[in-house]
Amino acid sequence: MALPPTLAKILGVLSSLLLTFIGLTAITFVIGRLMPADPVLAIVGDRASQEVYDQVYLQLGLDKPVYIQYLRYLEQLLEGDLGTSIMTAQPVMEDILRFFPATLELATVATLLGIFVGIPMGVLAAVHQGRWPDHIVRVIGLIGYSAPIFWLGMVALLVFYAKLGWVAGPGRLDVFYDGIVEPSTGILMIDAAMSGEWDIFHNALSHLILPASILGTFALAYIARMTRSFMLDQLSQEYILTARVKGMPERNVIWGHAFRNVLVQLITIIGLTYASLLEGSVLTETVFSWPGIGQYITNSLFNNDMNAVLGGTIVVGTCFVGINMLSDLLYRLVDPRIR
Amino acid sequence: MTDSPLLSVEDLHVTYNTPTGLVRAVSGVSFELGREKLGIVGESGSGKSQTGRAILGLTAAGGRVSAKRLDFKGTNLLNANQRTLRQIRGGGISMIMQDPKYSLNPVMTVGSQIEEALLIHNPTSKRVARERSLEMLRAVKIRQPERVYKAYPHEVSGGMGQRIMIAMMMIPEPDIIIADEPTSALDVTVQLQVLAVLDDMINARGMGLIFISHDLNLIASFCDRILIMYDGRVVEQCTAADLDRAQHPYTQGLVNCLPRLDGSHEELPVLKRDPAWRTPPGAAR
Amino acid sequence: MANAATLRGWLLAEIPKSKTQARCQRLFIGWLDFKRNPIAMIGLLIIVGLVTIAALAPWITTSDGLALDLANRLQPPGREHWFGTDELGRDIFDRIIWGSRITLYIVALVSIIVVPIGLMVGTVAGYLGGWVDSVLMRLTDIFLAFPRLILAMALVAVLGRGLENAVLAIALTTWSPFARIARAEALTIRNSEFILAAQMQGISTVGILARHVTPLCMSSVIVRLTLDMAGIILTAAGLGFLGLGAQPPTPEWGAMISLGRQYLIDQWWVPTIPGVAILVVSLGFNLLGDGLRDVFDPKSGH
Repeated sequence: MALPPTLAKILGVLSSLLLTFIGLTAITFVIGRLMPADPVLAIVGDRASQEVYDQVYLQLGLDKPVYIQYLRYLEQLLEGDLGTSIMTAQPVMEDILRFFPATLELATVATLLGIFVGIPMGVLAAVHQGRWPDHIVRVIGLIGYSAPIFWLGMVALLVFYAKLGWVAGPGRLDVFYDGIVEPSTGILMIDAAMSGEWDIFHNALSHLILPASILGTFALAYIARMTRSFMLDQLSQEYILTARVKGMPERNVIWGHAFRNVLVQLITIIGLTYASLLEGSVLTETVFSWPGIGQYITNSLFNNDMNAVLGGTIVVGTCFVGINMLSDLLYRLVDPRIR
Repeated sequence: MTDSPLLSVEDLHVTYNTPTGLVRAVSGVSFELGREKLGIVGESGSGKSQTGRAILGLTAAGGRVSAKRLDFKGTNLLNANQRTLRQIRGGGISMIMQDPKYSLNPVMTVGSQIEEALLIHNPTSKRVARERSLEMLRAVKIRQPERVYKAYPHEVSGGMGQRIMIAMMMIPEPDIIIADEPTSALDVTVQLQVLAVLDDMINARGMGLIFISHDLNLIASFCDRILIMYDGRVVEQCTAADLDRAQHPYTQGLVNCLPRLDGSHEELPVLKRDPAWRTPPGAAR
Repeated sequence: MANAATLRGWLLAEIPKSKTQARCQRLFIGWLDFKRNPIAMIGLLIIVGLVTIAALAPWITTSDGLALDLANRLQPPGREHWFGTDELGRDIFDRIIWGSRITLYIVALVSIIVVPIGLMVGTVAGYLGGWVDSVLMRLTDIFLAFPRLILAMALVAVLGRGLENAVLAIALTTWSPFARIARAEALTIRNSEFILAAQMQGISTVGILARHVTPLCMSSVIVRLTLDMAGIILTAAGLGFLGLGAQPPTPEWGAMISLGRQYLIDQWWVPTIPGVAILVVSLGFNLLGDGLRDVFDPKSGH
């Protein structure tokens, strides 16, 4: 039985996703088992009797063989049960859902910045290869690519907040605005706009702009670099010569021909960028005290809250994998050569 | 047909700067082209493709072009501005490249690419452009023009791809067409088909043709006049009929290399290359 | 001068007379190509500078960068302390110099772990194909799909903090691309005639992989390693910044930034200067990697 090619492709990607998810969870499971801390003690405390200890031991299924434990683990994961946080005594999943929108906000704005500034930069650099626009773009890209992002964030805070006062400081919102806006989407800007609280909107924007720019610089550097590379590759192809032979104006050759071929590849790059920003925000959030999932994982780490750390890892990991797979799928659907 | 030549080339030079020194791709090439079929024969590195590109002003970056004369129908191509050059490209002089797998844009349909070629020089409505494109596809003997029109380049065979190339390059009605190894990437049987199509169109429109190839046999049978190039220079110019009476040792060597059904060679002679051929005068005409 | 002329002549001769000469010629022309790229040369200079500084550390520095001197804390850059002093009075310039050794240590350690693993997995997968390939590539993909920093954090949480653990964590998250590259190369040459010849000679699979396949993968792997090195250094610095890498008082650059963070506004030099060091080294590897890639795979650059 032959499946229609598109369906087959989607199934292929989904099964890949599944396998990778299993691999991901296997690794976190292993890491969890390697924990120096005794999971039973963590629940019952040091002074519990042997009876209680044994009871909880059985409850946790620690007497069963490893693969059964893994399957139980997987089952729990798929139900959304990531365990309970030692720090907050809340289910980890709930905590994560609370913190996730902040990171999403940051990563999305940063990616948009990367796209709308990075792509034109990359094209410009490729078209003027070897001349000064190319050099400038390459330098900006290289610095964005080579600078430690947390350091860049700190320097930016120093300059734009402390010395120049152009933007607000660390944190997502000034303290006295806290709690005024109903968190319906969790994304402050949208929530504030929807309730018409324009002061808060402004304030949120002022807080968002610096961390998003820093994260965005990283995205921009990567996107510009890849765009440049792809464009150079395309511009050396025969069909570009054909387009010129036809008498096409150079602008159309660049955007109508070369760029159209690059667009398809950029989809994957943008997906990759977004995914890596989810991760890159860990450090940025620390510097800007941004209450996102990166902060959550870092704080949990310092409090030895392993459930939270592993839960966070799984969530971020799954998103990471998911986004990559999605952009891969999109690429296959859009490129006529593979269709 | 016309008295003055369409294209006049005098003392054309194309040089490249490389880390290991100066490379002279074309050194002092001169010829004229009327409404006739001119073949340029040479081995790899002889400069024949570079000559073609230089005529169109599309030499690769890093190359420098100079000449005493490079005229097309009275326009000096050397100091023409970009706008003039763009009008001439496609509308006056066009070029067919070797491999349609690479010379056609992979993410655009065949039809849109042909239309594009037309619309650059004759802006008309989409409907007219589509009709003319389908017409052209029929003219190059493609049997299901509507289907091919909607297809992507990777979905058509090599021979069809070349005919699409021909259609695309002929649709703006240029006076001269440069064919750079148009059949080298094709199977032998398909080669003849494509050449037949090319021949028909050129004859019907009274165009000039510059046929670039490494295949002397092919050129001898297809073209009226032949230019033999070696190491960036023209070592011989003659008519196809006079090939047997070629004077330059390189040409003679090439002719001798061609296996003949009626010949009685035990061993095919090996082409000897005399370093003396690299120095100009005497040989070029 | 006569010697130089003939050496250059030997290197540029059109027809090499021996395998060694051919190899030297290739390297020389590669070097000429590389030299033409001023940006890549800067990268090379930076890395050479790094190695030199690390090697000459005992002679360049005036202290071991560890001794406390609380009377002198938070001094601005000046004649006595070129980069100023940190919150415990230690000379920052000296700590940066000593920190360069740690950076090199990280670079070396990660490379030693990652390259052999990547090569082994990749060449075996590409050469043998079939289910071995599928399994190994699935494994590679899983590690490739992981968000690097977060996995490193989770691993360090389990293994405990410390430089070696951080290095191990980083290595586990960065070996995948090399396996992919090695596999791609192995796939390409798997059906070559010289491999066939080697097989017919009776050379074992391990022998073929080690002596014939692996050397051909080396250039791509090295280019990729250089390009990835910047990212590795940044990840290490990130872990250091989070306090998960080298522990105080070791002068690891990332940790220095973290410790100095609270003095950012009034004593900016304390956290800022180590960051500049990281930036420069990372930049150096990126430039060098770009240059190497332009030489080995000219399609993307010139």
